[in-house]
Amino acid sequence: MTTTAVRKDGPAAVTPPPTVGGHVRTYWSRVRGGDVGALPAVLGLIVLCTVFAVMRPSSFLSAGNFANLFTQGAAVTLIAMGLVFVLLLGEIDLSAGFASGVCAAVLANVVTVLGYPWWVAVLAAVATGVLIGTSLGLLVAKIGIPSFVVTLAGFLAFQGIVLLLVKEGTNISVRDEVLVAIANRNLAPTLGWALTAIAVVGYAAVQLLRHRNRVARGLITDPIAVVALRIGGLAVILGTAVYVLNLERSRNVLIVSLKGVPIVVPVIAVLLIVWTFVLQRTSYGRHIYAVGGNREAARRAGIDVDRIRISVFVICSSMAAIGGIVAASRANSVDPNTGGSNVLLYAVGAAVIGGTSLFGGKGRVLDAVLGGAVVAVIENGMGLMGYSAGVKYVVTGVVLLLAASVDALSRRRAAATGTR
Amino acid sequence: MSATPLLELRGIDKSFGPVQVLRDVALTVHPGEVTALVGDNGAGKSTLVKCISGIHPTDAGEFLFNGEPVHINSPRDAAALGIEVVYQDLALCDNLDIVQNMFLGREKRSGIVLDEPSMEQLAAETLAGLSIRTVTSLRQHVSSLSGGQRQTVAIAKAVLWNSRLVILDEPTAALGVAQTAQVLELVRRLADNGLAVVLISHNMNDVFAVADRIAALYLGQMVAQVKTTDITHAQVVELITAGRSGALGLTDDSGGGGNGNGTQPADSISGGHR
Repeated sequence: MTTTAVRKDGPAAVTPPPTVGGHVRTYWSRVRGGDVGALPAVLGLIVLCTVFAVMRPSSFLSAGNFANLFTQGAAVTLIAMGLVFVLLLGEIDLSAGFASGVCAAVLANVVTVLGYPWWVAVLAAVATGVLIGTSLGLLVAKIGIPSFVVTLAGFLAFQGIVLLLVKEGTNISVRDEVLVAIANRNLAPTLGWALTAIAVVGYAAVQLLRHRNRVARGLITDPIAVVALRIGGLAVILGTAVYVLNLERSRNVLIVSLKGVPIVVPVIAVLLIVWTFVLQRTSYGRHIYAVGGNREAARRAGIDVDRIRISVFVICSSMAAIGGIVAASRANSVDPNTGGSNVLLYAVGAAVIGGTSLFGGKGRVLDAVLGGAVVAVIENGMGLMGYSAGVKYVVTGVVLLLAASVDALSRRRAAATGTR
Repeated sequence: MSATPLLELRGIDKSFGPVQVLRDVALTVHPGEVTALVGDNGAGKSTLVKCISGIHPTDAGEFLFNGEPVHINSPRDAAALGIEVVYQDLALCDNLDIVQNMFLGREKRSGIVLDEPSMEQLAAETLAGLSIRTVTSLRQHVSSLSGGQRQTVAIAKAVLWNSRLVILDEPTAALGVAQTAQVLELVRRLADNGLAVVLISHNMNDVFAVADRIAALYLGQMVAQVKTTDITHAQVVELITAGRSGALGLTDDSGGGGNGNGTQPADSISGGHR
């Protein structure tokens, strides 16, 4: 009796109907409370692009360079997308770089040395990634070795395996047309526009359906203006990018025409959508956040914590495999340094710069893409300005430290204001 | 209202190796009532709760749920009967919002996609059913809530699953005065909504504020289970610390059912204080 009587009072959370201004205020108070999200990455991207555009207007702002950014940053971004899953649990995978190297070496061996078709090679590379991830995950979750140590050992061992696979320092070329196309060919301009239209319409449909569903159930929603703004924003960004990429960027059109969206862009976009869906809309993704936020609470809620911990390493190494395939495609070959040198640190940097917390429980796959863009712009812009590799490393290191400081400080601020 | 007890335990024994933690414990819990479970550290309160919630198997004894004998061998059995435990260190994830926490591990889905609107609606109804108005938005992260609000969410999470018996392990231990009052009010409301509530507490003020019955454990034995109106503050403290108070509690050192006929000094000194 009491129950029904009380329930007539309506929903517990009585808040004023949302307005655009209220939405902005909520966001601003969240930022001030330490939940900065991807804001530093977006601001950093704007600042860096402005600086390079002013210093090197002709080369940095050209359509050709814009397309270059995507192919340059693709491998690191893909590895970073996988790293986000591991970082969400507060773990780390230092072996992701050389794991991608191992997978690339497997790919090259299967397609060039053994002569199998490209898709067998891709499957073999991804399977290698799954195997690597499973081993790492089992060692971390079941044996209980800290992930830092396990993957540091992996870092060294995989470096050795790459050397063994490419026969001590020679390099294996990858000549398969399909594999080479991934990082070196472009979509036909019309196909680019068609995919853009599909993406925008699909996003709009998802957003509007969700909005309608929530309104129908009497739940609090974002104001329709904000929803429209999001859809419009996506349309403008995608439209501009595709327009620029569809411009002719060949030096001499008579010899070869070079225009269209690089094929690796839709590859990244599809993986971004898939993993974002997994993290945000499935209970598996929810459980990853839960384990990252409070492992004991997740365990008590009946979540199989070990299974989650193993699975994120599998995802990370598989994404590293895909990153390795793209790297092999871009270089047309695999050598002992594929996935080596700065790849891992750039990937970790991309995830952290994008706003993924090193402390676990906070982060999105989109962060990896935004952070990857920042890393790619630094690498690209400083190259155009003629700085040496040494200077580039120092600057990237400083940016990574800055991002980690923002993460740590925003966490402290959040603890102080009680709004982590 | 209290005709058939919702949960009745008889003769529960539990040992951990050579240490007997529970000895012939009996407990009845009635729907619509708050039963306070009191006892000193090590008296066996937590063990008893873990036996009820299926975490520990019992060595001997009977469980009657709604008058029917049942076997609780795992937390899942307990959950299936509608027994939910709210732990002292609340099992909430800071980085998730209220709805996500309330449904954690038992998310509603349509296909493989999370059914967020249904979950949010159910959460809102549950909170409204408990007249909880202290949270402003169901979508705020738990980290932004005060201790009392967090405890409220943890309790609401337990109520969400059509539970019939909610066990609260020291829900006010870490709270301030105002927040304690808030949570106690909620505990009272759970019982008023027809649920059976077991409240573990060290705080006599809390116990007397909300409990209908008090069950006192002393060194693994249930020394008394009485109505709150039939007992005083001081008597409960005596039961907790000495296992007896006047005619209540242990009557001789064997702890059996017989009346020690005035031979025990403790009895003759404080006798007749009922």
